[in-house]
This record gives sequence, structure tokens and C-alpha cells, in this order.
Amino acid sequence: MAEAPGRAAVAEKAKAAPFKAKIKPIEDKIHCWPYLVRSEFVCSVIIMVVLMVWSIYINAPMEEPANPTNTPNPSKAPWYFLGLQEMLVYFDPWMAGVVLPTLIIVGLMVIPFIDVNPKGNGYYTFEERKFAITMFLIGFLVLWTSLIVTGVFLRGPGWNLFWPWEVWDPHKVVALTNVDLPYWGPFKYLGNPKVFGVELVGLTAITIYFALGVAFWFWKSKTSPTLQELGPIRYGIVASLVLTMMGLPIKMFLRIAFNIKYIWVTPWFNI
Amino acid sequence: MINLKDLKKTIFESQVWRSIFRHDYADTPRNRTLQVMSNVWMHLHPPKIRRHAIRVRFTWCMGGITFLLFLVLTVTGVVLMFYYRPVAEYAYADMKYLQFDVPFGMLMRNMHRWAAHGMVLTVWLHMFRVFMTGSYKSPREFNWVVGVLLLTLTLLLSFTGYLLPWDQLSIWAVTVGTNMARATPLLGHEGPFAQVVGVTPRYDARAFLLGGTIVGPPTLLRFYVLHCIFLPILASLLMIVHFWRIRKDGGISGPV
Repeated sequence: MAEAPGRAAVAEKAKAAPFKAKIKPIEDKIHCWPYLVRSEFVCSVIIMVVLMVWSIYINAPMEEPANPTNTPNPSKAPWYFLGLQEMLVYFDPWMAGVVLPTLIIVGLMVIPFIDVNPKGNGYYTFEERKFAITMFLIGFLVLWTSLIVTGVFLRGPGWNLFWPWEVWDPHKVVALTNVDLPYWGPFKYLGNPKVFGVELVGLTAITIYFALGVAFWFWKSKTSPTLQELGPIRYGIVASLVLTMMGLPIKMFLRIAFNIKYIWVTPWFNI
Repeated sequence: MINLKDLKKTIFESQVWRSIFRHDYADTPRNRTLQVMSNVWMHLHPPKIRRHAIRVRFTWCMGGITFLLFLVLTVTGVVLMFYYRPVAEYAYADMKYLQFDVPFGMLMRNMHRWAAHGMVLTVWLHMFRVFMTGSYKSPREFNWVVGVLLLTLTLLLSFTGYLLPWDQLSIWAVTVGTNMARATPLLGHEGPFAQVVGVTPRYDARAFLLGGTIVGPPTLLRFYVLHCIFLPILASLLMIVHFWRIRKDGGISGPV
């Protein structure tokens, strides 16, 4: 630590240096009244007019009285939850309906505490926050929004996929060709080894998947200033959240391309 | 003939007028400040803000619109409550009554419905904008957390309201939505490790939510109370914190 300069030295310095006014530039501030309030007023009027006109011309939906004995096909959740309902195609309900939504909410809440990048605070920039913005866009635009669009527009009876120009055929036959990972491709020659009912192929696959995050830490943490800044705990949280989130598109890909249903089967839960 | 100038003076300098408005309307910096500071509603704002904070291209106005829609939903919602009974026998009939007999009933219902959908959208766009400007960064970390909770509450408010028309659309959407709860790990009877805890269809997370094993009359009452009392109060409390923290964290974010 540098020695604090003595009082005499400071006085000497002050004498030597020419006087310089240390006035902070006055912040560019404006009065809320009228500048902000009038914008808010105009904005409110526009929104109210749009909402009124919309509500006069378009009626809220109303169907027959509730009838617990008559299940419509398809039964859809409200549109903003269709992303979750769409995830049910790829994950079991405990995962798609409980664990993943919880992780979305918790994951959003921890963002300020795991993003240690001080740049990009209060202005639009992609250059200075490439990783954060990319991950957010993948989660929000690519996954969340596209799943909602799929759920709203492309899912018909039996939760089968229909293009908008196709007729919803309630008797559409879709071959159930999905298989679990141990019975797929090269793995079926392993004979589905299990320990206490826990199937090993899936356990290995998922362990390797999450071990990638650990391996990346050991590979890069010595050289990457970003990882050093993060530290092991924050890095662990970031890596778990990112890997879990990317698990969804990976599982979607495996299902659509290879008809793989579960990666991992245990007596208690399947992933 | 009445002298307008005298009349104006009599009114604006009367004790009654003076007791309500503490300052005159001449456009001076002092009055601009007082206009905000001496009015309880305007007092949500600081007297002055940084110039970029009113640029719509920066803020998208989404937080404000969300709040406006919340106010619209409160007003229209209270009107609807005058006519609607959360009882399985009456609920649907009351909706029809609102639609056909109540003056402006359908308009109130439409506005409530569309404002609710709009609020879900604007609250997402608000979060998107806040993320894109990095506004959750220090010192605004906590306000982001409050914002995420408010977003969750918005979805829950919308979801609980979805059941109230008590038509086919609502009960089946809520059936699908709440079916997930039966798969809650440990707490749902179809979830992982349910046997360990010993939950049954009648005593698990979903039954607690629905007040039974299916979406029935107890569910309607439960969702009504959540929708009209519990969730709005909770959301209001968090909104108070959210708005207050904007000021306390140095106004809305901006380039240093």
C-alpha cells in the first residue's frame, strides 16, 4: 500500500499546481412536469383508445358452460403457458411443469448476481455483453416464444402437429416409434445394464453432459479473466443453468431426429 | 356584468382554493417542481430526471403501460365483481347476464380480458427491455428480483382469472395447467418420490390448489379469492417496492 502523503507535501503540491476548478459537469436533467408527465399522458390516452376500440369490436371468448364430462381435444392451457405445455412433449410433467418453470423463475432472479460484467449498464450494446445477451435471446426468443407459437398455432387434436393450412383431423394416426436411449442405435447391444434399477447408459450420458461444464472450468479457469472474475460458485450456477436450458433444444433435436424418448430411466423418474 | 379578472382572483385566492393547491400555475422552475412534489399522485416521480429517461426508444414505455393496464384491470375488475358470483351454479349465467343485460357489461368484460392479455405481453417486453439495457446491474439487482416476482404474479393473476367465466375453455385450460401440480416431486401424487412422502390424489399439492381432485366448485371459489384479493394485494405491495426502489436506486438506468 502506498504511503499516504504528509500534510506538508500536499500543501506543497497545492501551491505548485495551478488552480483548477473541479466542477462536475451538470447532469443533463429536465423537469418531470411537464416533460415526463405529458409523455405518460399521451401514452395513456393512446393505450386507452386502442384498448377501448379493440374491446368494442372484438369480444372476449366464451364457450359452452363448463362440463367436466366432456374433454375438448385439444385442451390447451392459456397461451402464455403453452411454452410449458409444449415442453410436456419432451419432458415428463414433473420436469416440464414443475422443475423447469421453477428454474426459469429462479434463473431469472439470480441473473444480476451471476452477471459480473460491469459494462452495458444503462444502454443498448451487444458487443460488450455477448454471452449474456445471447443466452437471454436463446431462452426468451428462441425457446420460450417459439414454443408458445408452436403451442398456439401448430398443435391440434391429440397434441399432434398440424400446419396452419391443414385440417385438424382428430383421427390422425401417428406411429409411436419413440424409444428410450438404451434401446436406440449402438446402445441396444449393451443389453441395458442397470444397478438397483437405475439404468446406466442414461446416467452416464447425463453425467458426461454436466461434466462438460466442470471440464470447461478446469480447461479455461487459469487463462480466462472472465472465469476468474466469476469464481467457482457463480460459474457453477451459470453452467448448471445454461446446460439445463440447452437440454431442452438437445432433447427436442434427439426426439425429432432420432425418435429418442427418455435419455435416462430410473424406477422413480425419467428424463 | 361580471368582471372575469375579479372572479378569477376571488376563486384562485380564496381560502378553499389555496387549501387545495399550494402554488399557482405560472410556468416557473419552482412551480414545475412543486407540481410534482406537492401532489401525492405526481409524487411517484422525482422533480427532475435525466434527459434520456423520457426517450421512448430507450424505455419502450413498457413498465408504465403495464402499470396503466393494472389500473384498468382493477377498475374493470371491480365493476365485474358487482355482477359476478363465484358459485358454480351462477357463474356462467352471470357471465351471460354481463354480456346481454348489464349496460356496458360486455365492454367491461372485454376490456378486462384484453387488458389482461396485454399486461402479460407488456410485462414480458418490459423485462426484455430491462435486460437489453443491462438495467438489472448494480445498484438495481434487487429491483430486478422484485420485477421477476411481479412477472410471476402477473401470470398467476391472469391464470386464476382464466377460470372465472366457468365455460369449457376455462375449466379445461385450468385443468391442463394445474395437472402439472400432480407431478410435483415429493408433493404431487404422480411426482417422483411420491410414495416416500405418502401423498394421495386427495392429499397432495394439486388437491391443495384445487380444493378437491378435479377443477370443481371449490376451485372456482379458491381461484376467485386468489384472483380478486390475495394476488392483487401481493402484487400491489411488490409494486410499491418496485417503484420506490427505482427512485432509491438512482432513477431509471442510463449511460454513466
